[in-house]
Amino acid sequence: MKPVDLRAANFSKYPKLAQALALQYLSVLQQLPLPLAASILNELSNYDWLFPAERWSIESPLAFLQSLSEDKRDAALAGFRRIVLSNQISSQDWVNQPGEFLESMTAYLWSTHQFDSFSSNARKFLEMWQSTRPEPKPALPRLCIVVLGEGVRADGVSLFNKLRPHGIFCPQVDDPHGMQTILNALSERISQRPFPYEHWYIDGGTPAPWDEPHCIRISWASLEPVRNATLKRIQEIIHRGNSGPEQLRTEIAKTRPSDIGFSSEKDEVLARFELSIFTQGSGTQIFSTTFAQWTAREALRRARPSTLVVRFATRQRQLSMDELLANKEIHKLQDPAGSLLDADMGSFYTWINQQRLTGSDQARFIAWSQEHRQAVSIGPSCPKGTTTKGIMSIADLLEI
Amino acid sequence: MLRSKAFEVDDLRQVGESIAQSRREFLCSALKMGTAAAMLGFSPLRASAFHPGRKIVVVTFGGGARDEETFAPEGQRNIPNLVTTLLPQSTFFGRVVNRGILGHYVATASLATGSYETFDNFAAVAPHNPTIFEYFRKGLNRPAYDAWVVAPSNGFNRIGQSDNRSFGAGLGAEVILPKHLLNAATLAANRNDYKHLLRDNYEEPYYTPQLAGSEVELQQIENILRISLAEFRAHALTLSSPDELSVYIARQLMKRFAPSLLWITLHDMDVAHSGAYSLYIEGIHRTDKLCADLWKAVQTEPEYANKTTMFILPDFGRDSDFTAGGNGFQHHRTGDALSRTTWMMALGAGVREGAFIDRPVDSLDLVPTLGALLRVPTPLARGRLLREILNT
Repeated sequence: MKPVDLRAANFSKYPKLAQALALQYLSVLQQLPLPLAASILNELSNYDWLFPAERWSIESPLAFLQSLSEDKRDAALAGFRRIVLSNQISSQDWVNQPGEFLESMTAYLWSTHQFDSFSSNARKFLEMWQSTRPEPKPALPRLCIVVLGEGVRADGVSLFNKLRPHGIFCPQVDDPHGMQTILNALSERISQRPFPYEHWYIDGGTPAPWDEPHCIRISWASLEPVRNATLKRIQEIIHRGNSGPEQLRTEIAKTRPSDIGFSSEKDEVLARFELSIFTQGSGTQIFSTTFAQWTAREALRRARPSTLVVRFATRQRQLSMDELLANKEIHKLQDPAGSLLDADMGSFYTWINQQRLTGSDQARFIAWSQEHRQAVSIGPSCPKGTTTKGIMSIADLLEI
Repeated sequence: MLRSKAFEVDDLRQVGESIAQSRREFLCSALKMGTAAAMLGFSPLRASAFHPGRKIVVVTFGGGARDEETFAPEGQRNIPNLVTTLLPQSTFFGRVVNRGILGHYVATASLATGSYETFDNFAAVAPHNPTIFEYFRKGLNRPAYDAWVVAPSNGFNRIGQSDNRSFGAGLGAEVILPKHLLNAATLAANRNDYKHLLRDNYEEPYYTPQLAGSEVELQQIENILRISLAEFRAHALTLSSPDELSVYIARQLMKRFAPSLLWITLHDMDVAHSGAYSLYIEGIHRTDKLCADLWKAVQTEPEYANKTTMFILPDFGRDSDFTAGGNGFQHHRTGDALSRTTWMMALGAGVREGAFIDRPVDSLDLVPTLGALLRVPTPLARGRLLREILNT
């Protein structure tokens, strides 16, 4: 089927909100080249389970395309129309299984040397759309704090080298209650804007004893049952012996929250997000440092919160992949020094991902090592490439 | 796709480009030399004189490594052997571009054929274009045991020969998969002692394929490597990674057969797919040491000393920290410039020492260059001869 043949009945299997949106923009969808139509439907089909910021990212380009004159729309889509797909790819069910279609299409684009052209056209389209309809800036300047937590340490390591040129480096941070100060700051921001999915606390270990109803809390410890259930499912598929990595990935991606024991009373948007950390991330099932970094990345990319606190804890030592997947008791052996390198890089990536969001010029970012008592602070009031003298507290850092 | 904000990180991408620039500046100063522009006047092919008895060793990293963690100033601490020992003896290509599919098996097959292969990276299929092993064996009428590949197990068992009808069957390299050997050798032993060496396929951490363990592998250990199962198992217990096992096997092959063409693909650094940066760095450290070990072996083995040319190159890079849609070092999925751009080092017999080539070259250029050194035609390879390496 071609996009021009799309009819309302084609979306009968979509969840309620997604179906309504597809029908609202049916005439736009009918005019899209297949590669772009499938890409949009891949996200639109999950609309009911997306964060508000993500929903905006689906509606906005459709509204943008609808607003264009026919000539301008044709010009905007011309690059995508030059992408040539095989009949075998085009005949797949890209409406009801857009994810599987995109996997096949991606492999095909690579093999026919069209991947770069597709990526380039996607970038051009993004620029066109977002320059016309820029995403709203956050009501609160974004604040992101990364904590390299207790036990995450190594001798002779120089921290935050990639972040230092962008802000103030604080070589002496003495604050035994720093984590509490950070959580208090989080509470303060929540009280200013107590809205869903706007404030997040992600912990790569056991979370600090703190509770706020308007804060999303995700931790390595609390998701252990989800992680174990996902690993068990992976093992079952592997032991069937008839699936390669791509089929395994496809099957895992189909997992629903109810399949691995999520309560039906849990917020399904969040439940699906948590599940996706393990079904779509690489290494998140195994290493807590990867879990923390990837979860922070996905939270920033998808929910685009105004406040994010991420704490890295120590991860297990590296063992053979099959031992790790088998999830034996040996996971209790920890690697503090490796965890420090992971977390240091993770803090840099978290800053980069914060910088991708709107309002980046006003955003604040702090990374702090509890064990090494060092921090770096980046923001509009933090002179780049400078170093503080004297001892600072976390409260001092927050007030810069 | 719709959530990417690539245009907002253009400034950040410039940081990545400046890293590549600083690497070039460092290498030029370290080598105290000019760049390619000063060398293009040479016409060395006729003088390359690769006479019988010369050997070629190719080491590829099926893991992908980035500038930041290798030859950029901040990465050089991870590769002390490459920087201080091997680099001064080499012709170094600072910009090797891979325009093909960025999966390890298909990319390594492309390196070996000199043509961009387009098959499914996870399928156990033969390359469609003739490999350098076939050009070599057919062109010089060499026996099977004169060309070997030592490779990680996932898919690579088909890399030795293509399905091209004019070449292919019976003309390829012998392929040895160390993890298969170890799996077979340890079936009766305590497998837990060896599991760290059986680690496989980092690209899809979910996926741990069952390794075959058969009579064929047992025979390879005893008849080809000429070591007892007990000796093989005992030595394996002293190793810490799959790549150490691969180098051990390669050295056994060098002693036993002294192949003229030996291709080794290392894989440890691909643990980066697990997202643990420290393990990726550890893999690079280990690879650096293993390259030095191999170079030392080349220099000390009588069959190889003073008559071997060695090539070292990652199959491609990894994603830039700043490319939207990627997650930095963890993967190589965006197809961005850094994931496609890497380096290559050539050293040993017939190679100019201390040369830095700044012009972009293609990873397909390896096969025609090997062909020139081996004095065999490579008619279906798409790359071009790298004339700069040849010492005339």
